[in-house]
Amino acid sequence: MEILNDIRVEFLGKKGALTEVLKSMKDVAPEDRPAVGALVNDARAAIEARLEEVKQSLAAKQQELRMAAETIDVTLPAKRMTEGHRHVNNVALAEVERFFVGMGYEVLDGPEVEEDYYNFEALNIPANHPAKDEQDTFYINKNILLRTQTSSVQARVMEKGKLPLRILSPGRVYRSDEVDATHSPCFHQVEGLVIDDNITFSDLKGTLAEFAKEIFGADTKVKFRPHHFPFTEPSAEMDVSCFKCGGKGCRFCKGSGWIEILGCGMVHPRVLTMSGIDPEKYTGFAFGVGLERIALLKYEIDDMRLLYENDLRFLKQF
Amino acid sequence: MNTSLSWIKAYVPDLECTAQEYADAMTLSGSKVEGFERLDENLEKIVVAKVLSVAQHPDADKLVVCQMQIGAEETVQIVTGAPNVFEGALIPVVLDGGRVATDHDGKKVEGGTKIKKGKLRGVESFGMMCSIQELGSSKEFYPEAAEDGVYIFDPEMYPDVKPGDSAVEALGLNDVNFEYEITSNRVDCFGVIGIAREAAATFGKKFCPPVVTETGNSEKASDYIDVEVQATDLCSRYIARVVKDIKLAPSPLWMQRRLASNGIRPINNIVDITNYVMEEYGQPMHAFDYDTIAGHKIIVRRASEGEMFTTLDGQERRMDSDTLMICDADKAVGIAGIMGGENSKITDSVKTMLFEAACFDGTNIRLSGKKLGMRTDAQAKFEKGLDPNTTMEAMNRACQLIEELGAGTVVGGCVDVYPVEKKPWRVAFDWKRTNRVLGTELDKDTMVGYFETIGLKYDWATNEVIVPTWRQDVLCHADLDEEVARFYGYDNIPVTLPKGSGKGSIPLDRRLADIGRDVAEQYGFSEAMTYSFESPKVFDKLRLAADDKLRGTVTIANPLGEDFSVMRTTPLNGMLTSLATNYNRRNKNGRLYEMAKIYLPKALPLTELPDERIQFTLGFYGDGDFFDMKGVLEDFIRRVGMKKTLTYANTGAYAFLHPGRQAEISYDGVLIGYLGEVHPAVCETYGIGERAYIGVLDMPLICEYASFDLKYEGIAKFPAVTRDLSMVMKKSVLAGDVEAVIRKNGGKLLEEYRLFDIYEGSQILEGHKSMAYSVTLRSKDHTLTDEEITGVMNGILKGLAALGVELRQ
Repeated sequence: MEILNDIRVEFLGKKGALTEVLKSMKDVAPEDRPAVGALVNDARAAIEARLEEVKQSLAAKQQELRMAAETIDVTLPAKRMTEGHRHVNNVALAEVERFFVGMGYEVLDGPEVEEDYYNFEALNIPANHPAKDEQDTFYINKNILLRTQTSSVQARVMEKGKLPLRILSPGRVYRSDEVDATHSPCFHQVEGLVIDDNITFSDLKGTLAEFAKEIFGADTKVKFRPHHFPFTEPSAEMDVSCFKCGGKGCRFCKGSGWIEILGCGMVHPRVLTMSGIDPEKYTGFAFGVGLERIALLKYEIDDMRLLYENDLRFLKQF
Repeated sequence: MNTSLSWIKAYVPDLECTAQEYADAMTLSGSKVEGFERLDENLEKIVVAKVLSVAQHPDADKLVVCQMQIGAEETVQIVTGAPNVFEGALIPVVLDGGRVATDHDGKKVEGGTKIKKGKLRGVESFGMMCSIQELGSSKEFYPEAAEDGVYIFDPEMYPDVKPGDSAVEALGLNDVNFEYEITSNRVDCFGVIGIAREAAATFGKKFCPPVVTETGNSEKASDYIDVEVQATDLCSRYIARVVKDIKLAPSPLWMQRRLASNGIRPINNIVDITNYVMEEYGQPMHAFDYDTIAGHKIIVRRASEGEMFTTLDGQERRMDSDTLMICDADKAVGIAGIMGGENSKITDSVKTMLFEAACFDGTNIRLSGKKLGMRTDAQAKFEKGLDPNTTMEAMNRACQLIEELGAGTVVGGCVDVYPVEKKPWRVAFDWKRTNRVLGTELDKDTMVGYFETIGLKYDWATNEVIVPTWRQDVLCHADLDEEVARFYGYDNIPVTLPKGSGKGSIPLDRRLADIGRDVAEQYGFSEAMTYSFESPKVFDKLRLAADDKLRGTVTIANPLGEDFSVMRTTPLNGMLTSLATNYNRRNKNGRLYEMAKIYLPKALPLTELPDERIQFTLGFYGDGDFFDMKGVLEDFIRRVGMKKTLTYANTGAYAFLHPGRQAEISYDGVLIGYLGEVHPAVCETYGIGERAYIGVLDMPLICEYASFDLKYEGIAKFPAVTRDLSMVMKKSVLAGDVEAVIRKNGGKLLEEYRLFDIYEGSQILEGHKSMAYSVTLRSKDHTLTDEEITGVMNGILKGLAALGVELRQ
């Protein structure tokens, strides 16, 4: 570049050769002056053009050289913010919520410390019903307990009298199970409830079949088995085809090809009546799914205790 | 509940299916098969063989060489070490290439063990004689089996067995045992008959229950025994029959095998019959020694409080006044439905027996069993609430078996106390409604057909289903819908989505919680979850004063232990425990947050539900300090549109925090949370070996103040003016005080202020510090004049002077 500048000065500068020529114009015969002037100007333009050309090519060359020197090892470690991670239960819940909100469900919360009435009686589980024992309830006093199921939200919503209903209620529930690899005295459920004037068991099947596909993959098949819950009739348990072996049978599904995933059914007419809904006019379905169960299955976590220990090496995997 | 396939087939003779097909079909019709076990699992090529000769092995003292007949003509040589082999014995033998259930140590193994011909000490052996264990069973179910040695068929028990027969079939091992998960509403399915009825309906085959015949001699039971039921509320029916001339003996092979296939050990004919009938009908029975019954009278009454009673297992137990007792004229002889008494139990010398079949109140039996800490098979059946009409059938069936087995002479008639007869009831049926509920298009005949296969009669005139008393779960139309659905097949019901639509929504508090999660995670905090209950001792660990309000908890009456006994009133213990877990496991820079509830009682003792408040709790140790925590909290607060003034004050209110490094957080004057460094003593208690910081925000309050109401503000067109203030002040003057003055005096023109330097040290007067703020002023509608700027700045300086702040020279 410097040489280029020298050349420019040498020819075009104030004391340059061409300038000298122009300066010596006075020595040229007047009739020749235009011709010489044109000659000089042409020469100047030619030199300038050539100089510019060389300059640009040199600049490009220079940039190339600089970049060559700047080459980095692109395989060096990335620089990242240390982001935190969502708890796996909530990762699973977000998927569940996204699906049902898309289907028009309203998500709502309910109390965990609950009245016996909402947890049992309003769900067709009267005093001294064996189901009360089966669920190993934590009691605060005679009338107040820790809810054993998110179904307790059902009656609370229904008795408000706003119909139709499409609700989803996730939350903590409690049962007096000792802590081990598959039990926790405190865990999460998601309750779903739909009530309208023409809800059928086939609607329940369709909804939950879509749900299973959303959560466990498009190829997931579902199977409904008759079951018994005091607050639904007919009742069912839903199995999904084992997402590990695809239904052929493996250790994961204990050889059956199916994995039990949730309980569901048509809302029992007595439950509707107790909450002031006319079962002759309205029908509905309800389902309850354990969030931990989904999380453990989906992410193949083999010990439930990990979910409440909060070891970062576990939490950071999700 | 368990049943063997052979027992089911006894009542559904046309049933043809594999074990897997049976399990699948029954599960889909509502009798969930949890699993099944083939009794002949891994038993291959096992035949009955007759010992023709026994010769000593030439090279081994403990071995003998036997010639065995394994067919009409065929013989093989087998070498055995079994001590009980003798000429003429019939023995199960596994032939070359066959398989037995156990390994060489006699333990059952997956896949069994293959048996090949080979040489034992130089002598060829073409198979192996089998013990009962090698056949996958045990002496428990085959009491006639040798204690040590191979199984030998007793010719009296097996008169028809001959060499070459399948030993598996001869022993009744060609059977499958199914285990069901029966739901509590299906009391009838806790008996083989109930399951068989379901199986018949499931497979569309004929149901042939046992035919119960008249029994008894010409005498009258009422001449032998008198029954008085005092507690009629707890005993809806009590039937007594008498059997005399009892001949205790082993029950016949078919009964032993059937019990064994259900996992019940055969004992003697009387015990076996009661067990058999309990399995068959689900109705427990009890046998008393008639001669021990004082006054030959049975009284059913409640126990007196504190009454002591010795049950037949020899244990003395204390009753309360709710326990139902079976008594004679003088004394108690049994705890109703749970266990009989030591004083009246059947012994080997029994002559006459009093047979009891009764229907007790399920709830009472359940509660009594719980209080007594007992759980018997009989109790488990009674708890479900039995059908009093089945009670009579079961009694008659038992007497029929006694006669068939020649176990005694049944006295004619019975004493039956059944004050209120339970009659079948009717449920109105509207087939169209069933289709409406199920989403099906079935015709009425099909539906009625389903009812009839399971014993529900249909009254075509009134369109009512007549429900037999053993189906106490069928009470309303929805129950009929389920019956139709079960037998039509849940799988066959169409798949649709609900018509209409809903307004899908997530409420504000959940959305805010999610923003909190996002912010926390962006700052490197991972989400933790901890239990809602904890030990009341945590309040001491947190150094809370004895009268601290947080000690007033919602307390669980029946906790898993003290560690899980109170609902938390503060989220700190969970957070600190989790931080400590990570610290102990050498995880560096532990950063956790939790979005979970605390439970604040409104009054104690609890009369109404507590206030459940979600707390956004953050905690960390490692890199960072108080101001990092403050930054996360502020970022969140601003992110949810809370634009008013945030103030921080150290009131020393939090005993678990460092007294000099804690602050209450107030938003527009309302306390919304706190933050601080964890008190070193608390860190030590929890085992966190570094400085730890926590921050807590009350989400319901955040929810109240959050706003997403954003409005565009024009981008400033006029230039800003920045003035730096370099100040010296006493250390006790807080940045917050200085900023409050700047805000107050900056007025509308104040755009921004920022602390850019703080210094304490040798350049500054002892006990003083210097702080430097840059203050930016701007007007929306004009370029500021010098007078305006000076006016504002002078105002600020005046305010600062009042705080004792001086401009630095």
